[in-house]
Amino acid sequence: MATLEVDKLRKSFGGVQAVRDVSFAVAPGEMLALIGPNGAGKSTCFNMLNGQLRPDAGWVRLNGQDITGLAPRKVWRMGVGRTFQITATFGSMTVLENVQMALLSHRRRLGQLWTPVARADRAPAEALLARLDMADQAARPCGILAYGDLKRVELAIALANDPKLLLMDEPTAGMAPQERVGLMALTASIARERGIAVLFTEHDMDVVFGHADRILVLDRGALIAEGPPAEVRADPRVREVYLGAGFSGGHPGSRDPVRGSVARPKSVQGGH
Amino acid sequence: MLRISGLAAHYGRAHILDDVALEVGPGEVVVLLGRNGAGKSTTMKAIMGLVPPSAGSIRFLGREIAGREPFEIARLGLGYVPEERRIFSELTVMENLEVGRRSAPPGMAPWTPERLFALFPSLGGMRDRPGGRMSGGEQQMLTIARTLMGNPRLVLLDEPSEGLAPVVVERMAEAIGVLKAEGLSILLSEQNLHFARAVSDRATIIEKGRIRWSGTIPDLMAAEEVREQYLSV
Amino acid sequence: MENLVLQALSGLASASSLFLVASGLTVIFGVSRIVNFAHGSFYMLGAYLAWTFVTTLPRGHLGFWGGVLAAALLVGLIGVVVEVLLLRRIYRAPELFQLLATFGVVLIVQDLALLTWGAQDLLGPRAPGLRGGTEIFGMRFPDYELFLIGVGPVVLGLLVLLFRYTRWGTLVRAATQDREMVGALGVNQRMLFTSVFFLGAFLAGLGGALQLPRESVNLHMDLAIIAEAFVVVVVGGLGSLTGAALAALLIGELHAFGILVLPKITLVLVFLVMAVVLVVRPHGLMGKATGPAHGGAGGAEPVIGPAPRPLVHLGIAALVAALVLPPFAGDYALSVLTEIAIFILFAASLHLIMGPGGMASFGHAAYFGLGAYGAALAAKWLAAPMELGLAIAPFAAGLFGLIFGWFCVRLSGVYSAMLTLAFAQIAWSVTFQWVEVTGGDNGILGVWPEPWAAPKLVYYYLTLALCLGATLLLRRIIHAPFGYALRAQRDSALRAEAIGIDAFRIRWLAFALAAVMAGIAGGLFAYAKGSVFPTFLGIPRSVDALLMVLLGGVQTLSGPIIGALAFTGLQEQLVRITDLWRLILGLVIVALVLFFPQGLAGAARARWEARRGDA
Repeated sequence: MATLEVDKLRKSFGGVQAVRDVSFAVAPGEMLALIGPNGAGKSTCFNMLNGQLRPDAGWVRLNGQDITGLAPRKVWRMGVGRTFQITATFGSMTVLENVQMALLSHRRRLGQLWTPVARADRAPAEALLARLDMADQAARPCGILAYGDLKRVELAIALANDPKLLLMDEPTAGMAPQERVGLMALTASIARERGIAVLFTEHDMDVVFGHADRILVLDRGALIAEGPPAEVRADPRVREVYLGAGFSGGHPGSRDPVRGSVARPKSVQGGH
Repeated sequence: MLRISGLAAHYGRAHILDDVALEVGPGEVVVLLGRNGAGKSTTMKAIMGLVPPSAGSIRFLGREIAGREPFEIARLGLGYVPEERRIFSELTVMENLEVGRRSAPPGMAPWTPERLFALFPSLGGMRDRPGGRMSGGEQQMLTIARTLMGNPRLVLLDEPSEGLAPVVVERMAEAIGVLKAEGLSILLSEQNLHFARAVSDRATIIEKGRIRWSGTIPDLMAAEEVREQYLSV
Repeated sequence: MENLVLQALSGLASASSLFLVASGLTVIFGVSRIVNFAHGSFYMLGAYLAWTFVTTLPRGHLGFWGGVLAAALLVGLIGVVVEVLLLRRIYRAPELFQLLATFGVVLIVQDLALLTWGAQDLLGPRAPGLRGGTEIFGMRFPDYELFLIGVGPVVLGLLVLLFRYTRWGTLVRAATQDREMVGALGVNQRMLFTSVFFLGAFLAGLGGALQLPRESVNLHMDLAIIAEAFVVVVVGGLGSLTGAALAALLIGELHAFGILVLPKITLVLVFLVMAVVLVVRPHGLMGKATGPAHGGAGGAEPVIGPAPRPLVHLGIAALVAALVLPPFAGDYALSVLTEIAIFILFAASLHLIMGPGGMASFGHAAYFGLGAYGAALAAKWLAAPMELGLAIAPFAAGLFGLIFGWFCVRLSGVYSAMLTLAFAQIAWSVTFQWVEVTGGDNGILGVWPEPWAAPKLVYYYLTLALCLGATLLLRRIIHAPFGYALRAQRDSALRAEAIGIDAFRIRWLAFALAAVMAGIAGGLFAYAKGSVFPTFLGIPRSVDALLMVLLGGVQTLSGPIIGALAFTGLQEQLVRITDLWRLILGLVIVALVLFFPQGLAGAARARWEARRGDA
């Protein structure tokens, strides 16, 4: 059974249909990318899944349970982890404390007034950080961390409640190309080992074509293509509204319009 | 036109820029390449006076501008297009342009809304739309148009392709080509090498707040080890 | 029926003046993001200056209207001076410091006005040409009131035109969103800000000057109008002129009719309406959620770690001194020490919501005072013993903390700060106006401790034990998961929500907890003084608490303790040596904001870390 099922989701703002009848599903361990031009409705779609927006119509089901329109914190309690386009961590706490907070919240122990945090849920938080190669950064304040490391902290926080579904909004935005590959490869391996379904939006075509198992393309609120990377890349409509003939993002096999040379297909070496 | 030497900036006790040197000639497009956090945006902000430089010299059109107020620097003919776009979201397209309007220096054909709509046709159809209700690509065009309304001699373009769909990036590259043909000088910051090489004459690579390499675009494309080391492409 | 119409008209006249003040406040806030506490002072100065001009200039139209206009223009210039000398230097400071700095101006203006015009109420002449009245439904309604009714809409219309259709207006609206970007586009923001300040101060001055024929000019006008203006701005929606106009109308009419319905406590009615509006529209009638302005401060908050060893040693030494030395102290010293202990708890309770909570409160004295009144009322009406009174105090404060907090914690930043102030003002007015129960201005006397606790030394130790225990408990809570959750929602509301933290509930509970602790302090204070007065809940006392916390530094746990010590010491000395203590305190606040934006403990910490960093 699919982990996430989205059925005929719809949302309008002031008469404009931002998302129209979008349906799809994500299987356990699958990496599904949601792409499309700016204003295509990706964020709106995403925000209806994580609870920030209430859909006008349609259903969102997590392992068969209806989670449509639940508040974000309730969606999280149902087992949905999130990372943000612009990292959101607790800057006045250390990396370890950030992860501890997620664990404490998961175990509903945030109302405690007496036991210091220093003694709560340390071991599991440390284990999680070790899995993300962040053990040596555990004691550093989040406020002074490098951007790439912050993205990893976000991932650790998102994994703290043993999620069934991970929603990642532009997970590699603002990272160096090298780090992008590392983060996505790590995400994919954790997703496979724990059977977590991953849905992500992304503008970097190397990341999309290199790490997604399947791709959804959204344009003006509607799904216009869905399928494995090779199929989507060849789709003429997708090329027209989104990918263009061009060079940017350097997706594989693309022709460079300026010099007419063929760019090196990078995702082949980085990917599957 | 713009000559920077020995530029340094601090944030608290941390060095963020150290001994940065750069030059942009008349009508030239120079790209500042580097990873996130390498110091590209800070260099731009330091030139614009938004981050106080702690040492060094920034000369623009023969005048020292280091340590001056942003509005004075802008009035000398330096335009700034920030990375985050920073559109006035409650103001309409026309009002956004109005905020940027400054009279042109003598001998220069001033930018008007009509000329800008010719450059960015999609903006012309939404003159009275509030900036907050535009897509990311449209906002990026508006922020460039807004800066051009000040009739700058040189424009600092901070990561114009960031977060845009590939098709929009292509249109952006075309627009930059038009601006260059108009004789505008541009200092660009980019992570997207493909975009950068399509629009620029020269490149400068920055890493950890220091300049590591400078040369022409063909030189850069020939120097594979430089790209490997600093740009990891 | 006729009576109602007249009442409605008089409500409209008050609404006009209220709108003038609130619109200036909103315009200044829009651009500078500063909530200008001194706006009430501008209003008061407008009235005083108009009195001076109108009474010295030759009588007649020119003398009166010229005097009013001259007063408003002069206040505008005073606004410019305040902006240039003070506010311009602190645009990047945290918003509470800005609020505090403008409160420093309030104190300075109060003493200067006292020196210039004296303490007695001043009566101005009536407006020439508008001395008469007009028959409405067979009753005479003053012409001057009719004139005022017209002023509001005219000013609103002019302001809308100014902002909508002039380049200056466009620039101001742009700067309201992103002042740094406006500067980078070549606009001289300094001139822009100064001109906006002139306009705002001018409007406040005009509002004050136009009051001259209506009511007497006195030294309480500033705080009275500022609380109302805050309510108007919060109800209308911060930054919205039409919102301010609507809200002024609403509040003006409520006052007019409230007098018919509940003459004693009209403010309670205002409170109820404000509550309803904010439940339905959390950002006011016409307001939108405002993000932080670009180009402001707001780096990462420091990590809270274990106290550095020297500080621990210092703390232990202070504690030993507090335990061992008092038996050798005289009665006066014991009173001062008792007060210091009480204020440490008061400041620590405010620190919980301001530091870890990231919320601002400009009305924390409400809970201190409600604790004091809870104990005193129990003593007066139930003849409750001290032990019971001390137990009732935190309950009374906590109950109101829950009620008021439910509204305050839904909003953020200055919005919430204004609301806390409005609630405190309402609590104050109830104690002040409900004479039958609270004794009004005369307070409640004879709130003495039980015989066993009556000796000053015993009462000191009792206070020390309770305050110290409560303060240490607060410290413990800050290090516990609850305190971390509080900081989590402050650091990143988005992330907090995304890991299942109910930010509203956490903030609400913290607010109520802080109220409980302030209530304990208030109860102890009542028995220490033997009496309670409305001043216990007054704005000045709220500012005292704020000063203690900010003086000590918001982001250090030892901050409120050091701040309470420094502040209480300073104030004791000031009051003893000079009558002009407000003036001096105001100057000290201004100097502090300019030179120690991190507070004393914060500055010490920075210096200590820098030294350690170099070693």
